[in-house]
Amino acid sequence: MPETASAAAAGTAGDDRRISGVPIRLEGVTKRYPGQDRPAVDDVDLEIAAGETVMFVGPSGCGKTTLLKMLNRLIEPTSGRIHLGDEDVTDQDADQLRRRIGYVIQAGGLFPHMTVATNVGMVPRMLRWDKQRTAARIDELLELVGLDPAVYRDRYPRELSGGQQQRVGVARALAADPPVLLMDEPFGAVDPVTRQRLQDELLRIQEELGKTIVFVTHDFDEAVKLGDRIVVFDVGARVVQYDTPERILAEPAEDYVADFVGAGATLKQLTLTRVGDVDLVQVTTAVAGSPSAEAVAAAQAAGDDFVVVLDSRGRPISWPTVAELTRTTTVPHTVDERLPVVGLRSTLNDALDTMLAASQGGVVVTGRRDGLAGVMAVETVMAAIQRSRTETAG
Amino acid sequence: MTAAPEVRAGGAPEPAPAEETARHADPSAAGGGGWRALLLQPALVVLGVAAFLVWRLTADLSDTEARQLGWGVLGDSIREHLALTVVAAVIVLLIAVPLGIALTRRPLRRLSPLVVGIANTGQAAPAIGLFVLLATWLGFGFGTTVVALVVYAALPVLRNTMVGIQGVDERLVEAGRGMGMSALAVLLRVELPLAVPVLLAGVRTALVLLVGTATLATFIDGGGLGVLINTGITLSLDSLLISGAVLVALLALAVDWLGRVVEHVARPKGL
Repeated sequence: MPETASAAAAGTAGDDRRISGVPIRLEGVTKRYPGQDRPAVDDVDLEIAAGETVMFVGPSGCGKTTLLKMLNRLIEPTSGRIHLGDEDVTDQDADQLRRRIGYVIQAGGLFPHMTVATNVGMVPRMLRWDKQRTAARIDELLELVGLDPAVYRDRYPRELSGGQQQRVGVARALAADPPVLLMDEPFGAVDPVTRQRLQDELLRIQEELGKTIVFVTHDFDEAVKLGDRIVVFDVGARVVQYDTPERILAEPAEDYVADFVGAGATLKQLTLTRVGDVDLVQVTTAVAGSPSAEAVAAAQAAGDDFVVVLDSRGRPISWPTVAELTRTTTVPHTVDERLPVVGLRSTLNDALDTMLAASQGGVVVTGRRDGLAGVMAVETVMAAIQRSRTETAG
Repeated sequence: MTAAPEVRAGGAPEPAPAEETARHADPSAAGGGGWRALLLQPALVVLGVAAFLVWRLTADLSDTEARQLGWGVLGDSIREHLALTVVAAVIVLLIAVPLGIALTRRPLRRLSPLVVGIANTGQAAPAIGLFVLLATWLGFGFGTTVVALVVYAALPVLRNTMVGIQGVDERLVEAGRGMGMSALAVLLRVELPLAVPVLLAGVRTALVLLVGTATLATFIDGGGLGVLINTGITLSLDSLLISGAVLVALLALAVDWLGRVVEHVARPKGL
């Protein structure tokens, strides 16, 4: 039985968001491997709307990765048609097709013997862009993923942290501005804090670019956080449910989905709520290098017992207590490496994780261009948990 | 007097290459130990050459010895020896590298155990047996020697080419194909550059093997420094025997050093 999933027709991305992606349509896509009685992917029909992020989740071996790799024909479908926008790409030249589809794999898959710039410039060079255009594009992309081009352009992947490598991997996939981005468990190999930052970055980039993103993950929290929609697969890539994260959590289509979502569904609400959705506390700020006395006075007037220090570009760098500040004459430039920071698009779950990791009772929240958006206290998270528990109980 | 040289004759040219194979067959040992090791080795070679020259100029030699160790004869022997080594090495590279690459491609991968098996046989067969058998079939001389040397030295290059390419992370190949590189582009820009260190270690092993084994060329009229050693044994002239053995060892060390320098320079940055 083909599972027809037409949820995408609704489309949530209707606001003023810029969309540069194209829709993807699968018709009866099947993959059989010789010597196996059951197809790895069995007659899948799926529509993905332009500019949406669709998460593929399911148990390992369910065929989600196989299905993803059939989208750029790294795996050739046994039968079925694949449409990108208005084109049927099933029989197109695979190499040409892949240059129009970004592909991100775990740990970035960077070529270790090439510099960051060479890695990012691979596809533009294959498309025979001129040197200047490629160089400009490389810098633009490194900026986009939050890496200073002057610092990182000529480094080798070995000289980067796991998170930075993954950022370069995303930049490389976006190099030729492809309408579609395929991501195969890209953040699986980095530590939780880095993963959360990368997720926030991806949300920010996606908000800016509006690509069509297909993202395979085994982490349901990640799916809820990043996805406009989630596809839950069972064996043979059977589409069990294809819906928004909210609806999958609220109304799992089958027991199978309910099991997969897990018993912690109450707490999953923490993953649905973004830091930007709750009320943030506005606190006293001071620019590094300004006189401490002014900052102390302002904090005492406002009744704050700490001050968030900003650098010259308005980014928070530390949060000394008023007592600490009175001992200085100018506000220190020291960057607190352990300052707990989350973005507006982080989930309450992320915020709680960050607080626990830093052993702090709150987090600093940043918004556009890493500027300060406010501070969130652990009580806000607790209140949200309480609220969702009451709702579930009621 | 006669017994002792014979014992040494069998062993003298061989130990260096045998050791080299054992140490460098392991691809992880590729790369060498940095610049200090690279400087120590040529110093040893220069010292050895200087010692030989001093001995040659000061030693009291009989007429036969002086003739055999004449500068012209010595120069010719060394030239012949190097010619054998270089010609065989070039042919080995031309055959074994493309073959090694081909055997890592999907359609031919199934054949790789078979081909490696054949190459193994070539190396496992005693070199002297190989030389003589080939000579009875192809006749004596330079050509046959080169054929025998190629058969003998192909394995390390073939194996290291394959191991080097197989050692490239599968995900990098997939990343390359996934971004639209053709299979050939992935081979040339990703797989081969990353396999270079291991591949070159194999080439160096083969070169050292060749220098050592070319000593046997004398038995099938192929020339080289083996002539000196063989004459020394036949005429019970230790001076000739030891001169030949020392020169072969110095040549092997020098070639090994050149190989290390190439490895050091050709190693891709960023690894």
